[in-house]
Amino acid sequence: MSEFESLPMAKALNAGLRQAMQDNPKVLLMGEDIGPLGGVFRVTEGLQAEFGDKRVMDTPLAESGIVGTAIGLAMRGYRPVCEIQFDGFVFPAFDQITSQLAKLTNRHEGGISMPVVIRIPYGGHIGAVEHHQESPEAYFAHTPGLRVVSPSTPHDAYWMIQDAIRSDDPVIFMEPKSRYWPKGDVDFADRGRTLHSTAVAREGTEVTLLGHGAMVSVLLQAADLAAEEGTSVEVLDLRSLSPIDYGPILESVRKTGRLVIAQEAPGFGSVGSEIAATVAERAFYSLESPVLRVSGFDTPFPPAKLETIYLPDADRVLEAVDRALAY
Amino acid sequence: MSYTEATLQLLSPAGALVESDATAEYLPLVEKLTDTELREFHRVMAVTRAFDVEGTNLQRQGQIGIWVPSLGQEAAQVGSGFAMRPQDHVFPSYREHAVGIIRGIDVIDIVRLFRGLTHGGWVPEEHGNFHIYTMVLGSQTLHATGYAMGVSLDGKAGTGNPEVDEAVVTYFGDGSTSQGDVNEALVFAASYQTPELFFLQNNQWAISVPVSKQSRTPLYLRPGGFGIPGIQIDGNDVLISYAASRKYLEETRAGEGPRFIEALTYRMGAHTSSDDPSKYRTEEETAHWAALDPISRFETYLRSRGEGEDFFTDVKTEAADFASDIRRRTLELGVPSVDAMFDNVYSEPHPLIAEEKQWLEGYEAAYAGTEAGE
Repeated sequence: MSEFESLPMAKALNAGLRQAMQDNPKVLLMGEDIGPLGGVFRVTEGLQAEFGDKRVMDTPLAESGIVGTAIGLAMRGYRPVCEIQFDGFVFPAFDQITSQLAKLTNRHEGGISMPVVIRIPYGGHIGAVEHHQESPEAYFAHTPGLRVVSPSTPHDAYWMIQDAIRSDDPVIFMEPKSRYWPKGDVDFADRGRTLHSTAVAREGTEVTLLGHGAMVSVLLQAADLAAEEGTSVEVLDLRSLSPIDYGPILESVRKTGRLVIAQEAPGFGSVGSEIAATVAERAFYSLESPVLRVSGFDTPFPPAKLETIYLPDADRVLEAVDRALAY
Repeated sequence: MSYTEATLQLLSPAGALVESDATAEYLPLVEKLTDTELREFHRVMAVTRAFDVEGTNLQRQGQIGIWVPSLGQEAAQVGSGFAMRPQDHVFPSYREHAVGIIRGIDVIDIVRLFRGLTHGGWVPEEHGNFHIYTMVLGSQTLHATGYAMGVSLDGKAGTGNPEVDEAVVTYFGDGSTSQGDVNEALVFAASYQTPELFFLQNNQWAISVPVSKQSRTPLYLRPGGFGIPGIQIDGNDVLISYAASRKYLEETRAGEGPRFIEALTYRMGAHTSSDDPSKYRTEEETAHWAALDPISRFETYLRSRGEGEDFFTDVKTEAADFASDIRRRTLELGVPSVDAMFDNVYSEPHPLIAEEKQWLEGYEAAYAGTEAGE
């Protein structure tokens, strides 16, 4: 039984948050400007009016304070969902996230859970100033104790935010901000996949493309262009960056023999690097070419007028596809 | 460095009760204390000191990796510790051994922490709501504030029933006051009017850096800028520590908002067993504070009230037994299982952790019985 509605991701997240708050009175939202304004991206629009200012809290402008008090609220039995306004603003909270939130269950020898979700709008394509276009997911994926996910579609956004809130572990929820506005079908009746699973976004046979968040739409565009030239490309949507669901990735690589990983983040020490290493370890004899990465450059995210050069696009992905096929 | 005109004090360094206008509202709280309760103050201070001495000895003998003494801060901790109610929650730093004893932890768990057997040690809800130690300075003040926000959301503060209303106490030191987290905790506490007591033990030194480097203003004046009432007390006077904490806890429990106490005290020992205070502080200073010792001061007071020699002899014996019991149990402590490294990283199953755990089991099994596997 399906109940489809076409929504942009921001509204799908809003619906997912509303559902989670209706389902569990312990779910709280905390963040800067999330009340009457509804957040700078309007993801929480209308929720304070509906649930009150005790469950949708406009906080003081202090990210470490937001996450640190969310930890205390979780110890008290609440399930806080924190909004970090922009990717580059998460670092004042980095200590509370990596040294406290990530480790408290371990430090308590399993005696407590830390059901805290940290929503981070991330990535480029919006022409914004410095600190507003970054992709810091690798820092969190590298940290034991955290889970890291990123939806690429409104449907996944609606379901994954609810799954993240239901998780008893801390979840870093990376929202590809350039995908907040394009509409997509949301099935309100059928979730489809579980939170930590890799999805096949498009089937193909010759090369596998893998990415997450906003990069998935770039990969699908590249797959269309490749098809016009007669190349069959499979596209995988990673969805979960920690843990990584390797089953579908290895299955696809065994079929195509070629893997190109695309990401907006700098390539050095990235999630894509981790996957490349693991695929090389586990699918060595299936590979027809080295695993190739198409990443943001290892520079600071550039001023907005240069972002189209910095961010991987379909052409850069197809260049890598050509290189992979040349082996 | 020492007391100021603002320092509230009920017990002089000579051990005599001080009456003044400034402390008039605190005195009745102390007068209500029974002889048994006063004896308990002394007993816990003495036991804690014996525990600290034993901890340092065990470290020197290689039985504990590092020891963090509370030596000299017993009155600040015991007074505030006894001022709490059972339903209150405590978020300590890592030196609040006396508060832990009052709230009912088994101090062998502190030894386990510093011996390298655990990162935590106890379950707060089963041990007087005494939360586990936090090693990053000031982090716990935000956890306490968030917890107190939860108390308010639960409607468990300001009901008017002190048996039901809960308060949260967080301990931190003079060094921590420079941390962003402590300042953010004060901002959040003020904004959400949390039922919370910020208890600052100003022991004058953050390892080797004096409090004058942390602040140009007396620290009890800081909370005023956040809209939080603050006072400065003589932290080596267990009676004012008790009375001030009691008063402030009842106010914050009643929904009047957060409160702040700066307790002036002195870290008589090293920061930890790895430290050498002789490199940065003078003998004159340590002698000055030795004369202000919180335990001998209170002992003088109890004797002036007619407490007999038998009591003090009994406490000495109990403290010595407590220390030797800790020594015996320390030497009996085992090593945690390897499973403990993997089992509590997440609350829910995690494939990478499961895989690594399984790999290690296979790796260990492959070498079992060989020299390398011994």
